[in-house]
Amino acid sequence: MGDHHHGPAKGLSRWLFTTNHKDIGTMYLWFSFAMFILGGFFAMIIRAELFQPGLQLVDPAFFNQMTTLHGLIMVFGAIMPSFVGLANWMIPMMIGAPDMALPRMNNWSFWILPPTFLLLASTLFMEGGAPAAGWTFYAPLSTTYAPPSVTYFIFCIHVLGLSSIMGSINIIATVMNMRAPGMTYMKMPLFVWTWLITAFLLVAVMPVLAGAVTMMLMDVHFGTSFFSAAGGGDPVLFQHVFWFFGHPEVYIIILPAFGVVSQIIPAFSRKPLFGYDSMVYATASIAFLSFIVWAHHMYTVGMPVAGELFFMYATMLIAVPTGVKVFNWITTMWRGALSFETPMLFCIGFLVLFTIGGFTGLMLSIAPADFQYHDSYFVVAHFHYVMVAGAVFSMSAAVYYWLPKWCGRMYNETMGKTHFWISFIGFNLTFFPQHFVGLAGMPRRIPDYALQFADFNMMSSIGAFIYGASQILFLYNVIATIVAGKPTSEEKVWDGAEGLEWTIPTPAPYHTFETPPKIDPAHAHS
Amino acid sequence: MCFEAKRLLKLALGPVLMLMSVVALASGGEASQVNMSPGATQVGERIYDLHMIILGICTIIGVLVFGVMFYSIIYHRKSKGFKPAHFHESTKVEIAWTVVPFLILIGMAVPATSTLLEIYDFEDAEMDILITGYQWKWKYEYINENGENVSFFSNLRTPQSEIYNSQPKGEHYLLEVDEPVVIPVDTKVRFLVTANDVIHSWWVPELAVKKDAIPGFINEAWTRASEEGIFRGQCAELCGKDHGFMPIVVNVVSKAEYNDWLAVKQAEAAEIKELMAQTFTMDELMERGEAVYARACLACHGANGEGGVGKAIAGSPIATGDLGTHLDVGINGVPGTAMQAFGGQLNDVEMAAVITYQRNAFGNNMGDTVQPIDVYNYKKG
Repeated sequence: MGDHHHGPAKGLSRWLFTTNHKDIGTMYLWFSFAMFILGGFFAMIIRAELFQPGLQLVDPAFFNQMTTLHGLIMVFGAIMPSFVGLANWMIPMMIGAPDMALPRMNNWSFWILPPTFLLLASTLFMEGGAPAAGWTFYAPLSTTYAPPSVTYFIFCIHVLGLSSIMGSINIIATVMNMRAPGMTYMKMPLFVWTWLITAFLLVAVMPVLAGAVTMMLMDVHFGTSFFSAAGGGDPVLFQHVFWFFGHPEVYIIILPAFGVVSQIIPAFSRKPLFGYDSMVYATASIAFLSFIVWAHHMYTVGMPVAGELFFMYATMLIAVPTGVKVFNWITTMWRGALSFETPMLFCIGFLVLFTIGGFTGLMLSIAPADFQYHDSYFVVAHFHYVMVAGAVFSMSAAVYYWLPKWCGRMYNETMGKTHFWISFIGFNLTFFPQHFVGLAGMPRRIPDYALQFADFNMMSSIGAFIYGASQILFLYNVIATIVAGKPTSEEKVWDGAEGLEWTIPTPAPYHTFETPPKIDPAHAHS
Repeated sequence: MCFEAKRLLKLALGPVLMLMSVVALASGGEASQVNMSPGATQVGERIYDLHMIILGICTIIGVLVFGVMFYSIIYHRKSKGFKPAHFHESTKVEIAWTVVPFLILIGMAVPATSTLLEIYDFEDAEMDILITGYQWKWKYEYINENGENVSFFSNLRTPQSEIYNSQPKGEHYLLEVDEPVVIPVDTKVRFLVTANDVIHSWWVPELAVKKDAIPGFINEAWTRASEEGIFRGQCAELCGKDHGFMPIVVNVVSKAEYNDWLAVKQAEAAEIKELMAQTFTMDELMERGEAVYARACLACHGANGEGGVGKAIAGSPIATGDLGTHLDVGINGVPGTAMQAFGGQLNDVEMAAVITYQRNAFGNNMGDTVQPIDVYNYKKG
């Protein structure tokens, strides 16, 4: 077995043909960051147009293409692949496995992403422009009234779904089969748990989205009328199918973020997570509830009152397990020995802002009040509090937390903290005023607005430029760390960190746990 | 919710609202609206109360939770030499923080349910208005069992020059229409909401109505305005390019005023019916056509038919060519372009007049006239 400890191949072929979970994780992370920048650039265009009333920079049709692509790229290109990348890097290292269970499929599920997003972005240059029906692409605006590029968009969604399903199957197979002896389910780190549950959600709902876009394809090209009343179909059917995917999707985005936060808060509190078991059960409850609440996105479509009531009650219930999580994190911090390195700052930022997003979520669940909130900027504020402060903040925390382990170099703490504070201020300046304009009656997805919304929109745009700029600092800090950060070889980079990934050398060698580790029962999960 | 509890909530909300208004004042000379408006209906007030109660409860919970967290952040610091405790798991605490939120939720669900049931009570409506969403305007039809039905389109009135910043913006920028919908005060008005093309959503915050307009289906909603006034809203569901440019203006007037208004509109409708059967002279058609052109065509085709978003009318092969093709373009539009089908938006008199006008104005000199009966016959095929 002379080649047992071979390193990576040289050159481009290393990345093209790799089956190594760390290489694939790295590619996922870089790719998702690139998409984050692209989606963020589109957001900057949106906010620049909304800086003042009147049309200044773009025409309304292009504005709609920007909101659509911003949403699609952030959800499918930035947030989802970033957590898959994190799963690739961390899950084998956390459960004591040498690699993912299905390494070749792993390679493929990554490599179909870049061409797909290239195709999606290229729709901008097609005749009629890119899809412009919003990231929720409601029919018939996305079918009968769509530009020809919608066909390419449908193909992209199919391929993205394929990639996500393969990634999920891989994670499920890895967690179920590759745990080191002694690593029982209830000893797994919470990040692994939340990802396992997320993977099941993905396998369950991505085919539903594929079904929705296939019906669109049939309506556009093959004369069917799934979503057209003229042929006996129903436009609202699209919304039901879409949100049956779409609601679990938002938990697909947020559950891994919960996992990250549940790893990092105990580490910097130097105290075990307060209620490990209840965190697992709460995650599972949220996942279950996510399947029976979809129509709360559709309170105004004219559902019967019994339907409204059912979806209202079920949605309100989600507050219970979500509350359990927040209480658990705070009780973990209580009487710990806290320190505030960048990852912890991002987690505290997450905790505060996600909780605010949770509160507005509860408000939105109240059907009669939703008749006023629905499709207003209040909703835009709400979901950016949970998506950006939830997913993006926790992802930033994760990168700062594990980067030293990945590359054996420390990031610049001052720069990291600066990144946090600029993002935190920029984020709130962007999205807090959007609650106000929403309550005052500003609809979402409009390129121009009435004069009474002008002040808060300008504030929001300034905040967005600040938030956007802070990500350049993030990029710079990460590259500077990889290239010239202070080398570290400590196995346990953070004194309070727990888990198997902190028992291997730093930087993490190309192959880890070729022989399964011994699980120390006292330190199994953090 | 009893009075005491409401007072407590108001106390708790005081600081939040103060912060909101400080932010609002700081952001400009005039205070921007930062909160939902209770509006001009009872349902709106109930929704507003619900909104404030839940905002209040969330604020109290937020203050408690963040209070604990910040206490910990300030006092339980490693840098202060605080030694970490090692406690974890406590069934009692965990049951408590599951059960207590559940009970609070039940407390919220009760008023929410009763408000929802009230919103869904469509019985005893005193009048019906059919609202149809078009890309990108609204059509209102007053359905009268006895007497003439009244129907009209309501278009954005803000001129392009304000939107493209070559003129200062008016007070009701983007929230003004050429013809508002008029309803009587203290009357339960039922709206039947549908759409002609894609999904729209009819939203007037102060009347507490938001209902999706779905092509092929009719949704119900209702309002009972308790005060007179002009209330403005917008389309709330993304409906394509000009989604942001199809406002709603509702004029709530006294019952007497409403009846007068309706009588005038009905007389107009009856007059149009009569006009349909008439034959007009060239001059009459040109005069009417000029007015219709200014309202329906000018924005895209220019004041002198020179074109813009749309093609030029002056010297156009359609306006100076076959009359049938000209009628077809006017009535059915050009699919896939910005040229809409005006057949359902203009009545036959207006269509006849505007086609005649286009053929004989801007230097076009066809000399032919189109009569309402020609349009009627063309539509029938």
